[in-house]
Amino acid sequence: MSDGRREILLAHGGGGRMTHALVRDLFLHAFDNPALAPLEDAARIDVTSGSIAFTTDSFVVSPVVFPGGDLGKLAVCGTVNDLAVCGARPIALSAGFLLEEGLPMPLLESIVASMRRTCEEVGVKIVTGDTKVVERGGLDQIFINTAGIGVLAPPLPSGAATVRPGDCILVSGPLADHGMAVLSARNELRFDTTIESDCAPLWDLICALLAAVPNGVRWMRDPTRGGFGTVLNELAAGRDFGIEIEEAAVPFRPEVRALSEILGIDPLYVACEGRVVVVVEPGSAELALATMRSHPLGREATQTGRIVCDPAGRVVLRTRIGGTRIVEVPSGEQLPRIC
Amino acid sequence: MIGLDAGAAFNDPALCAMLRDRIDAVARTLPRITLMEVCGTHTDAFFRFGVRGLLPQNLRVISGPGCPVCVTPTATIDLAIRLAAERDVHIVTFGDMIRVPGSNSSLERERARGARLDVVYSPIDAIPLARAEPQKTFVFLGVGFETTAPTVAMMIERAEREGIPNLRVLAAHKLVPPALHALLSNPALRVDGLILPGHVSVILGSDAYRFVAERYRIPGTVCGFEPVDLLRGVLDLLEMRASGVPRITNAYARAVSPEGNRRALAVLDAVFEPEDAVWRGLGMIPASGLALRPHLHHRDALALLDPGEVDRITREARDEEGCLCGEILCGTALPPDCPLFGAVCTPESPVGPCMVSSEGTCAAYFKYGEGR
Amino acid sequence: MCLAVPMRFVERRADEVGIVELSGVRREVHLGFVENLEPGDYVLVHAGFVIEKLDPERAEADLRLLNELFDETPRGGALPREPRD
Repeated sequence: MSDGRREILLAHGGGGRMTHALVRDLFLHAFDNPALAPLEDAARIDVTSGSIAFTTDSFVVSPVVFPGGDLGKLAVCGTVNDLAVCGARPIALSAGFLLEEGLPMPLLESIVASMRRTCEEVGVKIVTGDTKVVERGGLDQIFINTAGIGVLAPPLPSGAATVRPGDCILVSGPLADHGMAVLSARNELRFDTTIESDCAPLWDLICALLAAVPNGVRWMRDPTRGGFGTVLNELAAGRDFGIEIEEAAVPFRPEVRALSEILGIDPLYVACEGRVVVVVEPGSAELALATMRSHPLGREATQTGRIVCDPAGRVVLRTRIGGTRIVEVPSGEQLPRIC
Repeated sequence: MIGLDAGAAFNDPALCAMLRDRIDAVARTLPRITLMEVCGTHTDAFFRFGVRGLLPQNLRVISGPGCPVCVTPTATIDLAIRLAAERDVHIVTFGDMIRVPGSNSSLERERARGARLDVVYSPIDAIPLARAEPQKTFVFLGVGFETTAPTVAMMIERAEREGIPNLRVLAAHKLVPPALHALLSNPALRVDGLILPGHVSVILGSDAYRFVAERYRIPGTVCGFEPVDLLRGVLDLLEMRASGVPRITNAYARAVSPEGNRRALAVLDAVFEPEDAVWRGLGMIPASGLALRPHLHHRDALALLDPGEVDRITREARDEEGCLCGEILCGTALPPDCPLFGAVCTPESPVGPCMVSSEGTCAAYFKYGEGR
Repeated sequence: MCLAVPMRFVERRADEVGIVELSGVRREVHLGFVENLEPGDYVLVHAGFVIEKLDPERAEADLRLLNELFDETPRGGALPREPRD
């Protein structure tokens, strides 16, 4: 670092010499690209005609570094995936950093390096950004906001309005890994697991899927906060169709199931950060699964259920013993419990 | 073959189907039957595995007061919050408790305002916390029934043995058998059988419930938590109802013995003694709570406060008006009967105790979409 | 009212401390409530304590009983009606 200090100070957000040094030596150095390099107030990006998809999200996680990733990787994947599930090829991101005074510089550097690596993996660039510093105690270490633009070009999902009974509900892999990895990394609970976050950028997988079944994909969503159960409810709410899921077909890693049982957490509502839920017309299901399974991020893709006529607007789980259970929208964040 | 770990054998769909057929057959010979499952974990299990929908039409399963979080009085939360406001006091608690509403606030809200709060999975984890900061006082919020109280008792014993003076307990544990007495003495309650708690029974033993059959003439079955366990328990109760002979049976014999866990009961007895206790929604039930024994007075968190203030906080603690939790906890009303259910009272903004814990009856109904 | 989960007892670490495991999730637990634990035993774990050792013989006996019931029960619920008391 040009000024030799190893932690973030208020002056780093002041807009003066130290801010410029931080932007130049850390952010520009890591994210270097022609759109960012001029460091103008806005980045210029060339797009061909057509539609742009635009999304934003803010990212907070504790602990900031967890098995399988960190806040930086999360911030890139989250926005890339929101573009990808619309069928948009991600082309540019912004990155806004809110830093707590006293944040160790090596931690910030490793988060930024994570972002650089993830961007390279996807082929997307961070073209503009911002840095603010708040007083010690003003926030918990670091928050990151990313906004992203992507190019929409066919083949695209046909949309929720085209979903109809008989359609198949697929997932790209085991669920709840991210949320349970973060929970198990909370040292005060003192569990020892090898659960890793599934945090990953999904554009490559989704691009391949859309190409393989160009008219077959109705709707996609990545089950982040609130998990699979929430995404299903988002699809079904207020519609003239319902959803039926087979409990035995919903994939969870054994370790994730075990920790969920022990802590009294329902994994249906636990976040993923590298999975996609895909609704396809029935004739395309087999090819869709084969396509996903041939991709490293989709090896364990599977069908979990289907769209049904009724009960309309509801999500119903058929349990292993042949009973049914309604899957509602969850209420808030689940806490580890002993009762 | 046994599958004691994941209980695979006790999840077997074929066994479940068979038990369901048998339940149907017995139920056909009976009038309308009401069973009460006492334990919140059973409430959740009945919903989670989809067992409720598999039961015959003339069988109703209602829930009882077996949610220790739900029945913790508002005053206890208010006292915990008051203790947290003391300089150098850390509250140590199970995760279940941090969102429970007190009269004005909750532990979670107080944490956002600067109160020091540590969530742990095990009471034993409070020991290294206290050892690491001898100048702070750590107060463990002791909530839970007979399954949990011995673990808190062990924590106290270890603190004594290892010379850790700065760890105290806010004792709010409750006992199940006195609550059953109160329930079964309530003339408004009509139940034909009790599904008895599984894990409380590991500690207490199945013999602890003999009074249910002998005094109140109601059959009871100690039940496990897998689908086969639940259905087996229901079948046992229906068969006893059909035969007219109320007994206490143990359908969780792989975990529960007649006499219970001797060591756990011993440490419980060494550290705690019964006292009268208020249950949120039910009122005062004699000898239904646990207080630290006199020789452990120095472990009592309330001794950190002025007795007058403890009395005042207890007196002034107030619950929200208008909710039916009292009746719901006694099984004389169902969550959808409550005008607040799902509208004003939701898991995110719980009004009454039945909604505060994810095992509370109203919270379970809400989560599983019942009555919405 | 109490979450307790069957886990496999792995090993004793000290007088009252041991390790349990379930599908790769491991934790240190207190062993003070149960005697005579052998590695491989299945135990119930609640709030960081082993509260009981699961009894494989009892489990087997229960399952045997259930399997006998299964063999006696015609499929599809066509059981004879029993008279009301």
